[in-house]
Amino acid sequence: MIEAEADTPILDVHDMTVAYNRRPVLWNVDLTIRKPGLTAIIGPNGAGKSTMIRSVMGLVPMVSGTVTAWGEEIAKQRHRIGYVPQRGSVDWDFPISVFETVLMGTFGNLGWFRRPGRKQKELASQCLERVGMQDFANRQIGQLSGGQQQRVFLARALAQEAELYFMDEPMAGVDAATERIVFDLLKSLSEEGRTIVVVHHDLRTVPEYFDDVVLLNVRIVASGPVDTTFNSANLQATYGGRLSILDTMAEAVQKQKETE
Amino acid sequence: MLGNQTLIVLIGTLLLGVASGMVGTFAVLRRRALVGDVVAHSALPGLCLSFLLFHSRSMILLLCGALVSGLLGAVVVALMKRFTRLREDAIQGIVLSVFYGGGIALTRFIQNRYRNEPGSDLESFIIGRAATMLKADVLQIAAVALVTTIIVLVLYKELTLLSFDEQFCRVQGWSTMGLDLTLMLLTAITVVVGLPAVGVVLTAALLIIPPSAARFWTDRLSTMMMIACLFGGASGVVGTLVSANISGLPTGPLIVMTSTVIFIASWLFAPHRGVVWNGNRSRDLDVDPSWLVTESQFADESPADLQIKRGSGM
Repeated sequence: MIEAEADTPILDVHDMTVAYNRRPVLWNVDLTIRKPGLTAIIGPNGAGKSTMIRSVMGLVPMVSGTVTAWGEEIAKQRHRIGYVPQRGSVDWDFPISVFETVLMGTFGNLGWFRRPGRKQKELASQCLERVGMQDFANRQIGQLSGGQQQRVFLARALAQEAELYFMDEPMAGVDAATERIVFDLLKSLSEEGRTIVVVHHDLRTVPEYFDDVVLLNVRIVASGPVDTTFNSANLQATYGGRLSILDTMAEAVQKQKETE
Repeated sequence: MLGNQTLIVLIGTLLLGVASGMVGTFAVLRRRALVGDVVAHSALPGLCLSFLLFHSRSMILLLCGALVSGLLGAVVVALMKRFTRLREDAIQGIVLSVFYGGGIALTRFIQNRYRNEPGSDLESFIIGRAATMLKADVLQIAAVALVTTIIVLVLYKELTLLSFDEQFCRVQGWSTMGLDLTLMLLTAITVVVGLPAVGVVLTAALLIIPPSAARFWTDRLSTMMMIACLFGGASGVVGTLVSANISGLPTGPLIVMTSTVIFIASWLFAPHRGVVWNGNRSRDLDVDPSWLVTESQFADESPADLQIKRGSGM
């Protein structure tokens, strides 16, 4: 695989180490994404998956390392970066409607003091439609199911109109219908030439939907195209000898073989 | 019927209630409600030191001292949070009581030492003395109310984003520290300007209770803020009127008691979120089908998530 080497990578993480209370949770992480597509970050609980994308975006301080997007510091490229946080990270009882939440995605490009106008509102409506939530626009966000809340977060990220997306477990605890919608959305975003990095927990769906995979367990165990990287040796090295996981792994690898 | 003095006090407490309701809405939603309490308690020693330094009755000088030490208290909380492993509530408890203790000691000292000097009765700041409010005091409150209203309206979008989802706010490149600082400053000046009327111990209540009561009536932030201003203003007016007509009752505590009555009424009788409403409905739940979730869906959810959902009726 020889890419156009001269091009600056979309995302370049170099030598990133992150610690909580002096205990390292990420160790010497290197990751380079050169072409648009769908990348899954997988690994066992406590492997640092969420921490990884959060420190890439500057939400968690790094002990060492550098992160660049399109060759520049993340702080300078924020308008090109979108984020779907974990659903549990906000208070769903907040007095705000679905539509207002999605509208927040447009704030970054609006800048200080300017109020969202017709253009922003139209964009927010379109994003809501894209996730099939237009009928819920006026609901308070707490009156939604988990899957619907997740779709609202996705719509808000769409309203950011970003080129590089980080999503933290967008498929966690959602119903089958939402999972379908989310995957279709990821696919179409990818076809539009965007780059999406997803923290993912369901090994079975990795071969079906993702182009690249990062296997993480504090360090990067392996990363690369799903075809060559998503194999049982790498999975075993990432997850260790946990039985229940091994079953899932076998199933996943089997499925991958079938699709080939 | 209304004396000139009562009218002055009425306008003062009304404006104070409105400003507190407005700033308090964001303070409560950002979960920084107790910052107001820390600032208020920490303001007392600054007030005393300002008197000792200048020996002046000028309210502005006293309140400037109060603002400085109030903000100092808030800064100490922030620093301790950063450099110790104590939890925020413990830190707030420590800072608030240490500053307040120092303040009480100073008020006593001043009262004993400068008994004959006018304005030495700083103990009146502990529960406030609205009845002696002057036109100048009301003008100060009006100025603060105007400034906070303008800032809150100008930064409405930014403060909403910060209060709802701080991380998303940061990812979009907003300065969350600057916004938090602005919110803290707004909280501090609102609290400090209310000290002469409502007192160190109780001003924070005006910041917290009206917005909390307002939340029961609406699911919209803008409406919640308007209702909070209404409740705050109404508490100020009713509390003042009651204390003006029944001799011996202090205004500050009555304002707080009024807002508490409003809070309890809201908690009981507000549509959709009130206890009475929910009590009637729990038998014949009309559950929206979209609400019905399968068990497997909950499997991945944290208990805290479920807690939020179950608790949302309150």
